[in-house]
Amino acid sequence: MGQYIARRLAQMIPVVFGITLVLFFLLRLIPGDPASVMLGERATDEAVARLNHQLGLDQPIYVQYVYFLRQLATLNLGTSIRYQIPVSELLGQRLLVSLSVVAVTLVLTGLIAFPLGILAALKKDSLLDNAVRSVFVVMMLMPSFWVGILLIIFFSVQLGLFPVSGYGDGLLDHLWHLFLPALTIALAISPVLVRALRSSILEALDADYVRTARAKGLRERAVIVGHALRNALIPATTLLGLSIGGLMGGTVILEKVFSLPGAGALLIDSIGARDYPVVQAATLIFATLVILINLVTDIVYSFLDPRVRFA
Amino acid sequence: MATLETPTTPAIAVGERAVRRWPGRWARSRNLLIGLGIIIALVLVAICAPLLTPYQPQEQNYDVTLQTPSLQHLFGTDNFGRDILTRVIYGARIDLRVGVIAVIAPFVLGLVLGCAAGYFGGWIDTVVMRCVDIVQAFPFIVIVVAIVAVLGPGLNNMYIAVALTAWIVYARLIRGEILVVKHKEFVEAARVIGMTDLRIIRRYVLPNVITSSIVYAMADIALYIGLAAALSFLGLGAKPPEPEWGAMITEGRAYITTAWWMSVFPGLAMVVTGIGLSLVGDGLADTLRPGAG
Repeated sequence: MGQYIARRLAQMIPVVFGITLVLFFLLRLIPGDPASVMLGERATDEAVARLNHQLGLDQPIYVQYVYFLRQLATLNLGTSIRYQIPVSELLGQRLLVSLSVVAVTLVLTGLIAFPLGILAALKKDSLLDNAVRSVFVVMMLMPSFWVGILLIIFFSVQLGLFPVSGYGDGLLDHLWHLFLPALTIALAISPVLVRALRSSILEALDADYVRTARAKGLRERAVIVGHALRNALIPATTLLGLSIGGLMGGTVILEKVFSLPGAGALLIDSIGARDYPVVQAATLIFATLVILINLVTDIVYSFLDPRVRFA
Repeated sequence: MATLETPTTPAIAVGERAVRRWPGRWARSRNLLIGLGIIIALVLVAICAPLLTPYQPQEQNYDVTLQTPSLQHLFGTDNFGRDILTRVIYGARIDLRVGVIAVIAPFVLGLVLGCAAGYFGGWIDTVVMRCVDIVQAFPFIVIVVAIVAVLGPGLNNMYIAVALTAWIVYARLIRGEILVVKHKEFVEAARVIGMTDLRIIRRYVLPNVITSSIVYAMADIALYIGLAAALSFLGLGAKPPEPEWGAMITEGRAYITTAWWMSVFPGLAMVVTGIGLSLVGDGLADTLRPGAG
């Protein structure tokens, strides 16, 4: 088991390394440089060159890359070119916002997808099952930012139940502001989960061990909860863990729709402003988080399902 | 139960299962028919746009700005007085084209790489899968935005960005299926009689593994229409005054409290397109699968 974890962690390293490489060079391919963006169109060439030199941007690329790696090794994320404050400071608060969106989304997804998936499976082919499946199929096809806008129109503008945008002050206020964005993403990823859950429960109910359990005389309820669900929930939970990656991508757009001061919105703005350190750091953190979460999900999965461990 | 399976023999079941399957099969291919119906209708609407509406998509009329849906303007008007129904219809031309073009490159690229990785294994497999890991670690939208930022705004660059990032799904799908199929008896038999790898792949392996990718491609078309919309939302996609659905939703956002119809109807168009494509995908899955009921 320890070996499995060690092996997966070791595999992570070249991937993260590859990411930093891709990031670094991709960013510097963007036409335009931070100095000219910062100084504006009317800046003289000398002023631009001077600022570039000051920011260390006129060094050859591989030198810059080595500096970058050295900084990373000391967990120094650099200084934002645009705001002139340490990136870690800039990102810290914003990441908190983004991660809280993710957290609320996970909770909402669990509350929506799991009960509906279980019900749909247990009452297969009933009206409920068909209704759930149809609604979710349609929902899967709706672009998430459109759903966000719809929710704002309906719940905020028409009904006045939730704020139109912003993050709020204080924990409860935060939760109130986060509800609609989280709901939007939850609705976007629930369909896949409901479908997976339904199919894995149906599969479990067909399995030999369930037949054995019934033959032993167990009550149906014990059969379902103790045997079928226990096995069927594992793949769905894993899927939930794995969809966190896509979830984090979803927050990027939705932060713009709901005007949340999150890392995703910062990332998009920084790409436009050519604020390399911020873009690098934010993307690297996102990517590393996704890889780590996938790794944790895999480990938890292998923990819950011994067959995977010894495959 | 070891049987010599071949890829083209339909599995004929006897007795009860066959009887129960017949209406089932017919019902499933009904999905295909309905889906195709929707898509064909959309394509026709897009092509015959000038015949369906008296207005032009860019035709501004300051006398009728922000009108609610009415008999003269079935979907209402926007802040420039442009008829939204007209723009949605003309937008179909753009979005349908975008979706289809966007899906071709990743499909082909993923197919080739996934086949190579799955069939030949070894270092090819390792390299391809590591590339998949790296691309996959970036949130999709971030990497697309970054690539489009590098290349410049516009839908053409979106195609490139999508081609570079979306192939991984097809590669993984194909590779997974090939890993199973390549051990089947008919592949071993083909190898034994001396068929070249390329022929084996083309004749036996591909027809069996390609179904799930085609089905996925249908969903992807809808996804890329959504992606183009998202990029327009960020200002990186279609430029105004193009009647691209995503750009329209974005324009409508500023008027969300007063003119909800500006954002709602283009979105509905996307949903209908998505439903059609999804039905086609499901229908294809059931009719293309060799041997399945």
